[in-house]
Amino acid sequence: MSWSLNSDRPIFVQIIEHMEMDIVSGALPPGSKVASVRELASEAAVNPNTMQRALSEMERKGLMHSERTSGRFVTDDENVISALKIELAASGVDGFVAQMRRLGLEKDEVLNMIREKY
Amino acid sequence: MSSLLEVRSLTKKYGNFTALSDLNFELESGKITGLLGPNGSGKTTLIKIICGLLQPSAGNVTVKGYPVGVESKKVISYLPDTTYLGKSSSVEEVIDFFVDFYEDFDRDRAYDMLGKLGIDPHTRLRTMSKGTKEKVQLILVMSRRADLYILDEPIAGVDPAARDYILNTIITNYDENASILISTHLISDIENILDEVIFLKQGRIVRKSSVDDIRTNEGKSVDGLFREVFKC
Repeated sequence: MSWSLNSDRPIFVQIIEHMEMDIVSGALPPGSKVASVRELASEAAVNPNTMQRALSEMERKGLMHSERTSGRFVTDDENVISALKIELAASGVDGFVAQMRRLGLEKDEVLNMIREKY
Repeated sequence: MSSLLEVRSLTKKYGNFTALSDLNFELESGKITGLLGPNGSGKTTLIKIICGLLQPSAGNVTVKGYPVGVESKKVISYLPDTTYLGKSSSVEEVIDFFVDFYEDFDRDRAYDMLGKLGIDPHTRLRTMSKGTKEKVQLILVMSRRADLYILDEPIAGVDPAARDYILNTIITNYDENASILISTHLISDIENILDEVIFLKQGRIVRKSSVDDIRTNEGKSVDGLFREVFKC
């Protein structure tokens, strides 16, 4: 259970999040071959159909592509990967801002804290 | 996808007690389905009817289009909820027996799984713990190349580490067109490997849906939903 998936949310969504993070961080380098559905399903301890669904969704988003005989590969398009990085960062910032608002902090206070910590 | 198992208007009565009441459902090929329900909800009765061990009072069941009988039994690999193997046999002897009995039994696969779980094939079943016996039985069942695996409480008696291995065995050892029906109470342990669930309550199906639909629509886990539906 190394992927620490949460049973309250759809599993395929969490698999996509996990793999997107791997692509952005370089754990899954551009152009690299993706393990088989079976191997990944086994590693994540999920149903192969669920893994298949997640991978198809990644292909639809242009993050991966299949080659008929040789398997599935991570995109080597740097633009796609940078766009994904920005998208993930933006959703992280949204969550962060929402949480700071709940804590009742002003924008300047938060910015100062970020400057100190970053 | 074609349906592998069809259950139509299935009813089973034990005297005055209705164990199953007008069940209708289908299982598709290539899916893992959880059969979930509290004690006495009819899970084992349903499984035994599908496997031809009990006669229904009304309705019918077909497997790959065959009525329950010799042809349906050939394509079903069944793990019962009790031990049925001769206690004085060794694992090796039981495997020989299965090889003789089932034409789809894969001996290499069985030995491979035994090795991974650290079970010596020369051990006699009599000397094994309950959990180890359960592992052996599951290995036997998963070593057939069947179309439908029916597992009645497969992981109840084994420790959590072996449970992970067994779930892994289940995921990696069935082929893409085969289906698995698993009955269990240990929902949180298995829910991530399920495609869909059937909730059985007092002999009726109260819910059949895909697990990701439950998570999307209800915002809770299958385990969470089960606790809500069957709240005592």
